[in-house]
Amino acid sequence: MSGEQKQAPADATDTTPKPIETGADAVVRALENAGVEHLFGVQGGAIMPVYDALYHSEMHHITMAHEQGASHAADAYGIVSGEPGICLATSGPGATNLVTGLADSNMDSDPVVALTGQVPTDFVGSDAFQETDTVGVTGPVTKANFFADDSRTVGRDVGTAFALAEHGRQGPTLVDLPKDVTNGPAEEDPGEPRTPTTYNPPETAAPDAVAEAAVALAAADKPLILAGGGVIKAEACEELRSFAIEHEIPVVTTMPGIGSFPEDHELSLEMAGMHGTGYANMAITMTDCMLAIGTRFDDRLTGGIETFAPDAEIIHVDIDPAEVSKNIEADYPLIGDAKAVLTQLQTAMDRSPSADEWREQCQQWKAEYPMDYAAPEDEPIKPQYVVEAYDLATDDDTIVTTGVGQHQMWACQYWSYTEPRTWVSSHGLGTMGYGLPAAIGAKVAAPDQDVVCFDGDGSFLMTCQELSVAVRENLDITVVVLNNAAIGMVRQWQDAFFGERHMASEYPWVPEFDKLAEAFGAAGFRVDTYDELGDAVEESLAYDGPSVVDVHIDPEENVYPMVPSGGDNGLFALAEDQL
Amino acid sequence: MSRNQNVKRDGLEGPEPEERQRPVGRRNAQGIRVDPEVEAEPQSRRTIISAYVENEPGVLARVSGLFHRRQFNIESLTVGPTQNDGYSRITLVIEEPDPGIEQAKKQLNRLLPVIHVRELDSNPVACELVILKVDGDEPDKVQAITEMYDGEALDAGPRTITVQITGDESKIDDAIDAFEQFGIREIARTGQAALARGEEETAVVDERHT
Ligand SMILES: Cc1ncc(C[n+]2csc(CCOP(=O)(O)OP(=O)(O)O)c2C)c(N)n1
Repeated sequence: MSGEQKQAPADATDTTPKPIETGADAVVRALENAGVEHLFGVQGGAIMPVYDALYHSEMHHITMAHEQGASHAADAYGIVSGEPGICLATSGPGATNLVTGLADSNMDSDPVVALTGQVPTDFVGSDAFQETDTVGVTGPVTKANFFADDSRTVGRDVGTAFALAEHGRQGPTLVDLPKDVTNGPAEEDPGEPRTPTTYNPPETAAPDAVAEAAVALAAADKPLILAGGGVIKAEACEELRSFAIEHEIPVVTTMPGIGSFPEDHELSLEMAGMHGTGYANMAITMTDCMLAIGTRFDDRLTGGIETFAPDAEIIHVDIDPAEVSKNIEADYPLIGDAKAVLTQLQTAMDRSPSADEWREQCQQWKAEYPMDYAAPEDEPIKPQYVVEAYDLATDDDTIVTTGVGQHQMWACQYWSYTEPRTWVSSHGLGTMGYGLPAAIGAKVAAPDQDVVCFDGDGSFLMTCQELSVAVRENLDITVVVLNNAAIGMVRQWQDAFFGERHMASEYPWVPEFDKLAEAFGAAGFRVDTYDELGDAVEESLAYDGPSVVDVHIDPEENVYPMVPSGGDNGLFALAEDQL
Repeated sequence: MSRNQNVKRDGLEGPEPEERQRPVGRRNAQGIRVDPEVEAEPQSRRTIISAYVENEPGVLARVSGLFHRRQFNIESLTVGPTQNDGYSRITLVIEEPDPGIEQAKKQLNRLLPVIHVRELDSNPVACELVILKVDGDEPDKVQAITEMYDGEALDAGPRTITVQITGDESKIDDAIDAFEQFGIREIARTGQAALARGEEETAVVDERHT
């Protein structure tokens, strides 16, 4: 490992406040007015006026290696802080490199604002150098996007984009900034961010509907709460906890909902769905009344629609009416903000459901299907053990980020999450490469919390260049590569569904990630044995700066329990022969 | 986590799938709980959806992109200005089962420039224009049929006659059938425009959006 630290280059930024003279000044002022402190981006021709205006700002810009990295860092910043993360890119390839990240944020309703440079207005439509129809390309993957056409109003456009990313159902927004607009004249301060008058997200749910839902829930024999990511987005975790505990209702979560309810509480059945716990999937299948909050009933959660909670009346709380009865019909639709509606429900419940038997049943399932893995005394190392080792060695508020694949599922299953905004992952889009840039964004948002990224070798290879950024910014993050020399999740599916034909899923040769880390100026560790693991966990966490721990794990290990795609949650397989 | 790392690990265990408790119910493909014995396919129906929108660049692309992306079955789409400057009305004819119609309305509502969306369910006033170009060999007969459908000849030459017919969808369909005998060379249809009947407002919007 290399102990040397790269010094950030002496910063020559002039931070005397500058009066607003150009559209770019107004853009920067709009961000300052919104309380933005950090930006993630990459320079380039069409966005240069904005960067030039940033020269005079106290906001901290973090230059990423790739715009995709900027979009994921902004996304993680948004998840951890609850405030929109900001990413910047130039026109053309800069903007298109953001698309994966925006699509990711859109699927997970994470608050992000993207600012993209664009060719001057007169050139738009002429296939000018680095021209892309950014508004057209990003339309389907943003909550809203705007083409700024006037230097005098561009600052307000940015404020509007910020407000829309943050309010109602959160999501990514984008403002496309032609160079003549950012260079053009402006004087007025754009003011605080404001949503347009046409945007009116619901707050509380209709009182009659709440009353009916409360009666149904109180009458249930097998009540269950399904907590989605919306609970965390709405800052409703306290309300959820007190509601569930007062009425003694067991809680399962979706993957984005991890952290909304403490997994070490006896009412917690942890995550349900494709790789959820056996007890969560039994409960979600057998419940007769489900209070689902802030979830869009993704297919990775529901499995086959026909067999999803087929005996349950569904009370669905969501701020977006379009999510209600989209995939699963809601018997009691409660359209509103999760925090407000939970408070309404709490008031409306005049008794708790009598569900002693059901609670006992849930405890019995917990005893019948404990999360466990077969760990022989000898190597190769079991990846689940590595996840547990880091969990044991860190505080409860440690933030976990991941790539996508088996390692992501082990990080869900074998880490015990107790706090919201500590689980940072790519859920709906499943974007390999998310983990490292997300760790950067998370650390910038929460410098006082430990950040551990569990990555796969395949996922790490997609964005490992962002290590240069972590080193330059001296971010104390720990990347644990669960290295199985394969894109393991694909290999697992080939084992199960493609006759073990390992087409394009195994790496005959994987780089030495510890040395790669050192080449970047980070600390590198390599672990092949359980003995080495203990030291590496300690040293990597103690190291003040980015470190990469390349753990060579059992390449044959697969993720179970598993519900095959479109399958019946209640028939989850504990091993491949049950699929 | 409070898990003790020193315990012996045995791997996942528990009752196998066929030994587990099972639910009794079932949902259909729309996520609606149904009687497992009766497997009924949901019926599609044709309906008109009217959206009152801010007249900003790209609004039509957003609406058509949305319908394409979410696989709503769209029969026609028209757009045009309204009595209020800066606002347009989009009229969509779609054919979907009820949950699809609900989703289409909700998804339209999520678009920022869309101010009001509704289904025109109760006998709306709907109208479409078709321009038909037919062979000009039998001008008298063409004239007679055009009159039957309250249409109008727009252009007549030695080889072609072009007429316009307006009316509701079934009238236009019938007229096209009737003109078939002359040899139809080309057709241009506008798709339906529609308003709610009588006193009923098509779009209920507050003063800010008029
Ligand atoms: C950008 C992207 N490309 C492809 C996939 C498809 N995919 C899903 S999981 C997976 C394997 C991931 O491999 P790795 O990161 O090594 O993690 P492992 O499953 O081995 O833990 C692949 C290729 C994806 N999710 N994202």
